Amino acid sequence: MLKFVIKRLFWMIPSLFAVSFLAFVLIQLPPGDFVTTYIATLASSNEVVDQNTAAQLRERFGLDQPMLVQYLKWIWGIVTRGDFGLSFEWQQPVSGLIWERMALTLVLALASLIATWALALPIGVYSAVKKYSIGDYAFTAFTFFGLSIPSFLLALVLMYVAAVEFGQDVGGLFSSQYETAPWSIGKMYDLLTHLWLPVAILAVSSTASLIRVMRANMLDELPKPYVTTARAKGLSEFRLLVKYPLRIALNPFISTIAWLLPNLISGSVVVAIVLNLPTAAPLLLQSLMAQDMYLAGAFVLLICALTLIGSLISDILLALVDPRIRLE
Amino acid sequence: MTDILSIAPRPSMTANKPLLEVRNLVTEFPLRTGIFRAVDDLSFSIEQGKTLCVVGESGSGKSVTARSILQIIDSPGRIASGSILLHQPDGTSLDLAKLDPRGRAIRSVRGRDIAMIFQEPMSSLSPVHTVGDQITEALRLHLKMGKAEARAEAISLLRQVEIPNPEKAIDRYAFQYSGGMRQRAMIAMALACKPQLLIADEPTTALDVTTQAEILDLISRLQKAHGMAVLFITHDMGVVAQIADDVLVMHHGVAKEYGPVEQIFHSPQDPYTRMLIGSVLKLEQKAEIRLARPPLDTTAAPLLDIRNLSMHFGDMKALDDVSISLLPGETLGIVGESGSGKTTMGRSIMRLYDPTGGEMRYRRADGTVLDLAKIGGAELKAARRELRMVFQDPFGSLNPRMTVSQVIGEPLLVNGIARGKDLDERVCHLMEQVGLDPTTRERYPHAFSGGQRQRIGIARAITLNPRIIVADEATSALDVSVRFQVLDLLMRLQDDLGLAYIFISHDIGVIRYMCDRVGVMYRGKLVEVGEADKVCNAPDHPYTQALISAIPRPDPRDRDHSRRFRYTEPDAVKNGSSAR
Repeated sequence: MLKFVIKRLFWMIPSLFAVSFLAFVLIQLPPGDFVTTYIATLASSNEVVDQNTAAQLRERFGLDQPMLVQYLKWIWGIVTRGDFGLSFEWQQPVSGLIWERMALTLVLALASLIATWALALPIGVYSAVKKYSIGDYAFTAFTFFGLSIPSFLLALVLMYVAAVEFGQDVGGLFSSQYETAPWSIGKMYDLLTHLWLPVAILAVSSTASLIRVMRANMLDELPKPYVTTARAKGLSEFRLLVKYPLRIALNPFISTIAWLLPNLISGSVVVAIVLNLPTAAPLLLQSLMAQDMYLAGAFVLLICALTLIGSLISDILLALVDPRIRLE
Repeated sequence: MTDILSIAPRPSMTANKPLLEVRNLVTEFPLRTGIFRAVDDLSFSIEQGKTLCVVGESGSGKSVTARSILQIIDSPGRIASGSILLHQPDGTSLDLAKLDPRGRAIRSVRGRDIAMIFQEPMSSLSPVHTVGDQITEALRLHLKMGKAEARAEAISLLRQVEIPNPEKAIDRYAFQYSGGMRQRAMIAMALACKPQLLIADEPTTALDVTTQAEILDLISRLQKAHGMAVLFITHDMGVVAQIADDVLVMHHGVAKEYGPVEQIFHSPQDPYTRMLIGSVLKLEQKAEIRLARPPLDTTAAPLLDIRNLSMHFGDMKALDDVSISLLPGETLGIVGESGSGKTTMGRSIMRLYDPTGGEMRYRRADGTVLDLAKIGGAELKAARRELRMVFQDPFGSLNPRMTVSQVIGEPLLVNGIARGKDLDERVCHLMEQVGLDPTTRERYPHAFSGGQRQRIGIARAITLNPRIIVADEATSALDVSVRFQVLDLLMRLQDDLGLAYIFISHDIGVIRYMCDRVGVMYRGKLVEVGEADKVCNAPDHPYTQALISAIPRPDPRDRDHSRRFRYTEPDAVKNGSSAR
């Protein structure tokens, strides 16, 4: 087991290099660079930048060098100093920019994950056990709605209802007075009052799909002979349900961890933009549009690393909970 | 049917109250098309310490009967009427049929007073819990034992069911056990709370005969030790003859005959019972068709000559230096237990596997000989037209989305031999040959019974006028009454079409009925080859002797267990994988 983990960790190194290089190339593929975008932005506000200034800017940012050199410089900085470079647009170190947003991203992602699982697992189990009951049909109807409504539409509607009908302050994760204030009990409370809306929106579609998956998994397991065996032993329905079929039906969920982690960053872009949330996703989008390549590159690298770590974690967890994987 | 039931209760029962009394039980399954009665007005009783065998073919309702007793019928089945009286030692009686299937009262009976073991020990045990966990569960639930006490008890239970090294085995998972050991673990689990009644639902059907013999011995020993009653469900009349005190014969949910084992076997009253016993006894001798044939020309050049064939999967030698030949018009039986390599042999001959070594010299109709182990491409394709296969599972081997005429006609179509009206006529002719009504050719496989499906599989195999047919356990999934009909069909086709069969089976009865010569396989090696009569009645090799001795004889007067023994390889056990 330990050998397996070490081997997997070792293999992550070349994959990370390959992906970082690809990401770097891909970001630069569109015509132009940050300076062109910058000039275009300035031009829209009627400021003219002459060729010399542009060339100077390029030299300052190191954009005049060949791409390979740029890449090697960047990756050398990461490996030796943990320096992800400077964001052109923000004129700040990339790592600072990302970490600033990661904390809130994490809070939002975890909150919606917990909400999703807490709702979807029991509902899915109920739907499967009481197949074709009124409750099952009601939840099935809900899941189809949840799956088919685009989340940005739901966001707009909920924002309207919350703001107009209940006079709530929506958008963002903080009220304006707490936006820049240091952390305090008041700020925590303020965060909680703002959190429910994005969490609800994000949770609806994922809860819906998770209910379907859980119901299908349980329906596969329920008629299995080992469930009958447990019943013949005299276990109560609830106990046997939790101990046997639920336990096995949960296995597929562990594999979803692999894509949960990268989703922290890139998931829910549209909702975050619509609700003006200070999470990582809008920053990623912005950096890509501005061709802010060090920031975008760092994001892609992070997403890739999280994917690799996520799949390693889910593989290890699967082996831990399923002896068939561990021992065969 | 009621006339038989009105005989009960039989005189012996009046003296003492039986343990379990089932009266006029009706179990129904509400379906979209109406209500299906799986068990119809069934009455029987089981006495303390006795064994009642419920016997019947598939769909007879025997399993549903067993599950009705514990109220664990698969949804949407339910008990519609009747009573199931459990007479407890303290003199009180409990009507299990009246209890709520999810209620506390029935749960305290399950596992404590009445325990159950199932057919498929692998899927009946949880794959992610240790065997010990599943055994201690019942102990802690019903006997309120503590963790350590339950564990000690579970170890002693595993020792009682003769699992080697129980202290270690308790922490293993079901998939680390062999088939026989899993069933032993199931038995240990069922016996944990010393139930008064053990319900065994086809507990040995998935096991090899030698393992079956051991499990049956074990159950009867434990039964004597605990004074427990056993309700044993099986389709195997041989097993019934060996273990039953009383027998209940079921057919389509109704009791056909109910009485002591001696009466059922030696003076059966009901025509269905007679037919059932008759078809079992039929497999105890050579087929009539074969007796009428002229003796086989043993001097003819072999049609297929297998020399030193080997097939290795990694370190596992599935076939180890096997040499055997097949004469024209011969039926060659290959017999062995699971894992002996008999299926690998069939598949290697069909070149579904590429053999690791050896030759398979096949003599074509024009006299030329080619080595099936080496050829490829067009040559192999041509050879495959002359070698066809009939598979074991009549349900899995037919595509459910193709009509019967498509299934049978496909080989003709893909080989570009016939199409359109010509194809249709050929399909009709083939269906007549295998005894199916050609007007049903546009139906899908689900509309046919198991036996009919196997006929479809046979029709598909003979479409291209093959010379050799490899039949891999072709009749194992069929009920006894259908089994010999399919065997007779195969032999008739052999006479009509001049076929040679390689007949792979674990069932000595089928081999004796059908085959001219038999090869016995054990762990990838061919240990004995000889005339079918010789091998089935007076085998030379000790393994074959052990195998024959383990087969339950369908005669309750012939219950001598003492001549049974287990074969152990003379050159010790090679690998130390004790749990497998």
